[in-house]
Amino acid sequence: MSMLNGITYGLLLFMLSSGLTLIFSMMGILNFAHASFYMLGAYFAYQISAWTGFWPGLLVAPLLVGAVGALVERHGLRRAHRFGHVAELLFTFGLAFLVEEVVHLVWGKVAVDYRIPLELDGTLFSLFETDFPIYKGFMMLVSVGMLLALYALLTRTRIGLIIQAALTKPEMVEALGHNVPRIFMLVFGGGTALAGLAGVIGGNAFVTEPGMAAAVGSIVFVVVVVGGLGSLAGAFIASILIGCIQTFSVALSISITDVFALVGIALPQGSQVARLTITQLAPILPYLLMVAILVFRPRGLMGSRES
Amino acid sequence: MSRAATEILRRRGRLLLWVGCLAVACVLPLLFKSGFLVSLLCQMGIMVVFALSYNMLLGQTGLLSFGHAVYYGLGAFVAMHALNLVGKGGGPLATALLPLAGGVAGLLGGVVLGYVTTKKAGTTFAMISLGIGELVAACALMFPGFFGGEGGVSGNRVVGKEKLLGLTWGPQIEMYGLIVAWAFVAVVAMYALTQTPLGRMANAVRDNPERAEFVGYDTQRVRYLMLILSGFFAGVAGGLTALNYEIVTAETLNAHTSGVVLLMTFVGGIGFFYGPIIGAILITVMQIVIGGLTHAWLLYFGLFFLFMVLAAPGGIASVIAMQRALWQAGLLGRMLPHYLATVIPVLVLLAGLVGLVELAYALLAGEGATAGDEATRVLGMQVHLRSAMPWAAALAVSAAGAAGLYWIGGRMKRAWHETLSTLNGGRA
Amino acid sequence: MSHPAIRLAGLKKNFGASEIIRGVDLDIRPGERHAIIGPNGAGKSTLFNLISARIPLSGGAIELKGESVVGLKPFQINRKGLSRSFQITNIFHNLSVFENLRCAVLWSLGYRYSFWRRLEGLRDARLRAEAVMEDIGLARRRDTPAGILTYAEQRALEIGITIASGADVVLLDEPTAGMSRDETEAAVALIRRVTEGKTLVMVEHDMGVVFGLADRISVLVYGQIIATGAPAEIRCNAAVREAYLGTSVNHV
Repeated sequence: MSMLNGITYGLLLFMLSSGLTLIFSMMGILNFAHASFYMLGAYFAYQISAWTGFWPGLLVAPLLVGAVGALVERHGLRRAHRFGHVAELLFTFGLAFLVEEVVHLVWGKVAVDYRIPLELDGTLFSLFETDFPIYKGFMMLVSVGMLLALYALLTRTRIGLIIQAALTKPEMVEALGHNVPRIFMLVFGGGTALAGLAGVIGGNAFVTEPGMAAAVGSIVFVVVVVGGLGSLAGAFIASILIGCIQTFSVALSISITDVFALVGIALPQGSQVARLTITQLAPILPYLLMVAILVFRPRGLMGSRES
Repeated sequence: MSRAATEILRRRGRLLLWVGCLAVACVLPLLFKSGFLVSLLCQMGIMVVFALSYNMLLGQTGLLSFGHAVYYGLGAFVAMHALNLVGKGGGPLATALLPLAGGVAGLLGGVVLGYVTTKKAGTTFAMISLGIGELVAACALMFPGFFGGEGGVSGNRVVGKEKLLGLTWGPQIEMYGLIVAWAFVAVVAMYALTQTPLGRMANAVRDNPERAEFVGYDTQRVRYLMLILSGFFAGVAGGLTALNYEIVTAETLNAHTSGVVLLMTFVGGIGFFYGPIIGAILITVMQIVIGGLTHAWLLYFGLFFLFMVLAAPGGIASVIAMQRALWQAGLLGRMLPHYLATVIPVLVLLAGLVGLVELAYALLAGEGATAGDEATRVLGMQVHLRSAMPWAAALAVSAAGAAGLYWIGGRMKRAWHETLSTLNGGRA
Repeated sequence: MSHPAIRLAGLKKNFGASEIIRGVDLDIRPGERHAIIGPNGAGKSTLFNLISARIPLSGGAIELKGESVVGLKPFQINRKGLSRSFQITNIFHNLSVFENLRCAVLWSLGYRYSFWRRLEGLRDARLRAEAVMEDIGLARRRDTPAGILTYAEQRALEIGITIASGADVVLLDEPTAGMSRDETEAAVALIRRVTEGKTLVMVEHDMGVVFGLADRISVLVYGQIIATGAPAEIRCNAAVREAYLGTSVNHV
């Protein structure tokens, strides 16, 4: 059951990290504001569902987010690009900052009441006396659908092939000719729309609040580092892995002392570290994984590029 | 003039500048005798050290870090715990030396964490620094024994009964003196570092890591050492914070603090040693002055930052340096009228935009949201938030400002390009 | 003194399926000026990149002064006394000419990573950097940022950085590429002057430069050396003539 929850969360992470990876591979930009678009997706969907219901929001909100993303690329990033990578990164950093403030301004500083639609509320099935909610199933459905659509787009269309070529050979992008700016805008818009969609379906499953971007953002970066910068397959594996780790660890209430006792080491009682439970450790596990990967396999799980 | 003679003159000028800055820092609080000013100056002094330590990474070594607050925070916590230990039998001298304890903590933090982060440069370094920052911030909440949980750790900087040269560090003005002393030493030390073999090789690694390897330097080692030293100075700044506020919370080492120091440094200008000093002073003033006036301060700050990234990526210091070059070439007079003319539409546009933002803030986030049709005070004026008038007025002012800027700004841009080509033509 | 300055034995490099270097054996004698020539795509630059550890090799052995350097990092090889220049100018763009050269001499003078010494106080580093600056004719441009030098000046600086550390084995990758005739002549004189008493290996397309400078020449074709010998021998070598299909060699 935890497994299913983990996969659901992992798929959500992948919707974010895939967009981030695509943008990074094509444009060489690490979009610091990526999770901000995720947050915008959730808030847009909340607003639209307040007016017209959940279903129109599911479609419209990601498109709106993608449009915002494309505009940002066209009028901001392209300008920052002339000043180099650091300026680009700082631009997206400032953007993340600004989006959070705008959200504060428009929707307030506390969480908004963005709920799961009634028709998706309830239990899909029960396993080992735990319920699996319909909405989680729906999230999986949307994520997998998105995944297949992305796969089809990358393998079956012209623009997809160009993107793929750029993934393996970044210098290829320069040889593409005159429509590079448009492709950049499309990729950025598409990547942010994916993040927006993740926000639409994740915002009500978790919580829609101004802090959600920062909370998810750093995890997505961990995913990308662990998977290997610029590798979609790596991002996928790392997303699922981290999704599962986080979900499992939250459910485990044994302490570090117990863990060491399992392998036959008795820790001195009473120290603060030894009394921590795995649940308490949950927030730092992804980062510990990242450190471990960096020490033992600096390229990331599937990474091919050294930077 | 011979090169040696110019060098001597330049060195004298530099010394004069150092002494002048120190004198200004010492005299300012005595001139105004305002408690508000003194605490503002204290905050500035601390931020100057912190921002300069950050620029050792970003400006000098080319490492964009999103987790520099970790070293600052570690320094602050260790200094605070040390203060509480000293409190059991120390005196003012021990208290005065506590920032050093903070520095050592930052340095050790750099030794441990930097080993992981500096394996990579560039974008990867940026991401890893963020991850490590989050890791430490999460740990801070996990170990309330050391980090004090939600409430933080607090202490009292007045220790014992005796005095050191008549000082107890109790009054804010005495604390300010301590901060100035530490800040001055730290700034001089950081400047000196830029003039050493390691400092210069950090520049080389920033410009061209590959070539640095082919002249015998291990770029990873250079990055690692710079991070450790930068951690030391960040820790000193953290130690000063601990003494200044007498409380340290987990906020000191989280991503927000890392973000603020990045913004300060960048806005000030990463290409010049004095850039971060300008940034730290300016942003601290803005933070406290504008932050006291409006809730929308962070929004303005974000917009200001984006504007700087797009319009002056070299920061304020580069703008100053440019004007200085114009002045030396005798061309500044040509540009001045244009600058002055541009100020007018900029002010009009700003007024309009601020009006819009404040109205929106009052309507959406402030008490105005529930006030309905009653009049609300916005920017000192009584306005009805739900009537069209104030909105239309603000919009009109913005539009007028934008139109004026388009017209006058265009002329300034042309004049700027002309002047620039004259300047460059004269050089070549 | 029996060790060759550089010994390559069965050196191989492939990128994916394509073999770029297909078993190179070569001894460079101490103190000689050795040129490597060959048609475009023969693998000359790749050979340099392998020797200087810019890229990892796929097979074979590399010895520097009798000592294996396989698996070492570029900076470790540099510290053993091998220095190289690049075909595409590779300098510190934001630093001045003088600072570029000073950076290049710091390690060899033993200043390592020190942060307790003032650069201004390092007299030997300043004198050495100034001497090299004089040598490469850039003394007038002392304080100019390297990024805004002219192309020929940047090429001279490139050579300056390479020889500044006093390495006794110097690899120059197309030092005169893209230069005018006058500039080339100046560059040849410069190279001759600054590599006096050192081992020089160079890749070069300009046959005038090659035959004017080199004591020995190796011809690299499709990742293999087809001939090594004195300029006169190479000029008459049938295989070499065939490889070049009667182009530049005839014109010399």
